[in-house]
Amino acid sequence: MKILVLVKQVFDTEAAIKIANGKINSDGITQIINPYDEFAIEEALKIAEANKGEVTIVSVGSNVDQTVRQALAMGANSGYVVEDAALADADEYSVATALGKAIGGMQYDLVLAGWRAIDDGSAQVASRVAQALNIPLVNLAIKLEVAGGKATATTEIDGGTAIIEVPLPAVVTCQKGLNEPRYPSMKGIMQAKKKKIEKVGLDAIGLDAAAVAAKVKTLNIYLPEARAAGKVITDEPAVAASQVAKLLREEAKVI
Amino acid sequence: MAKGIWVFAEQRDGKIKKVTYELLSAGRGLADSLGEELCAVLFGKDVAGIAAALGEYGADKVYVADNDKLAEYTNDGYVSTLADLAKANEPSAIFFGYTAVGRDLGASLAQRLATGMVSDCVTVKAEGGQLVFDRPLYAGKAFVTASCPEARPAIAAMRPNVLAINEPQAGKQAEVINVEVTGDIRQIVKEVAMAISSRPELTEASIVISAGRGVKGPENMKLLEDFADALGAAVGCSRAVVDAGWYPQAQQVGQTGKTVSPNLYIACGISGAIQHLAGMSSSKCIVAINKDPEANIFKMADYGIVGDLFEVVPLLKEELQKILA
Repeated sequence: MKILVLVKQVFDTEAAIKIANGKINSDGITQIINPYDEFAIEEALKIAEANKGEVTIVSVGSNVDQTVRQALAMGANSGYVVEDAALADADEYSVATALGKAIGGMQYDLVLAGWRAIDDGSAQVASRVAQALNIPLVNLAIKLEVAGGKATATTEIDGGTAIIEVPLPAVVTCQKGLNEPRYPSMKGIMQAKKKKIEKVGLDAIGLDAAAVAAKVKTLNIYLPEARAAGKVITDEPAVAASQVAKLLREEAKVI
Repeated sequence: MAKGIWVFAEQRDGKIKKVTYELLSAGRGLADSLGEELCAVLFGKDVAGIAAALGEYGADKVYVADNDKLAEYTNDGYVSTLADLAKANEPSAIFFGYTAVGRDLGASLAQRLATGMVSDCVTVKAEGGQLVFDRPLYAGKAFVTASCPEARPAIAAMRPNVLAINEPQAGKQAEVINVEVTGDIRQIVKEVAMAISSRPELTEASIVISAGRGVKGPENMKLLEDFADALGAAVGCSRAVVDAGWYPQAQQVGQTGKTVSPNLYIACGISGAIQHLAGMSSSKCIVAINKDPEANIFKMADYGIVGDLFEVVPLLKEELQKILA
């Protein structure tokens, strides 16, 4: 069984965001594997272990080696990165189109990914990749079984859960609760140094800059106005509760 | 009249989701300023009867696919039918809610139609003939203003609970147009289990009562649930509470949980880690109850009470009940 995991490199969740020259400044920021992608990596490794499978990490971006290497240290077999200057202003369409073309030339039974990335939170790329590959999509898996050429996923829906079965190959996105991602072992970290990360440009996968031109245009990036601290009441509980109830009614008008 | 602003009207068991009314209300204003018609798209089984009434919220037309094949949401069934409908009618924009269904359907449709999609938008306006959106990055630590200038339809998923709902115009009926279901469906829905709860859904609730580590254990969640029930609120929690196994993951608010924008968010025993604040900072009014006067949550709360939540919550509940009585 060949499993591909789509991995995105993102800023650490602790990172404070700074803007320079109209762009997000990444100087000095720790980069990590998108936390939702860690669930996908873990699930891929579990399925591969049970089925004598192979796991390939697939990513788009520049300077993502360290992040891909981290996934290899968890136990994935190899890495594949699409890196091209023409993807500098990529949107979800660009990335999914590149991934679709790259993956289209590979052998695979299952594509796993985090359901969204914590940076732009747009939750689009994996769904778009399923379209690009014309294979079935299942989003938000919190339980996954792969057997007999099928994937059966328990998925989160608004207000409940649904169990969805699809034939393989398929794209399944992973939600928190699916598993507990492992930490790389020392042995894993050492082995990862020798594992192969293949790098390709757009021309190698039969695309050019025009084919991946972004559809969405960024007009402005800005920091939100800090929420002003409000009234903090330190009176005894009964007085404080009564005051806040009154303020919610008369000042905030939310009750 | 140009091609039209479309709203995907999400429903479950014949009940229209609140975000649909938010989208229609905003869509009405946009359609008027762009000189376009506003259309709703309603898919499901036994939904034809609720279609025309979407006119009360501003829809001029409703495209309805009422079919056994669409009884449960599936990516394939909904994407194929909607993509074919969009190709035939060439709308200029399609709006979804940033919900499980809206994300799944919107992103797939966007790739099928080779167009752009702006997700989790908190504002939309028409500017120079274009729709312009604001959306968060890094869960609200930054924001981006974006548009989809050329590709059509422009697709957007709007965050639930941020757009105002217009007063419905009672009795105003939309024109109903029946739509064929197209394409094969590869997803088999084996089972759907809705959580049995009398409380509103977390992302739609106008009041959210949220629990942090300060609740000390799962047995104390009842205190907050009672508080929520007294106000008709939803119950949320921080990541610490989920990781400790005290409350379900589906109720987590924050960067790795749900993003909520209620009118009132009451944070009980939540210290206010940056990852949690990201999930609730767009709430209209924030109340924090915490023993620690230095807690980070007080820096962004509109009203803070420094005190033990076990003392404060029952008192605040009582005071608010008095007001609501």
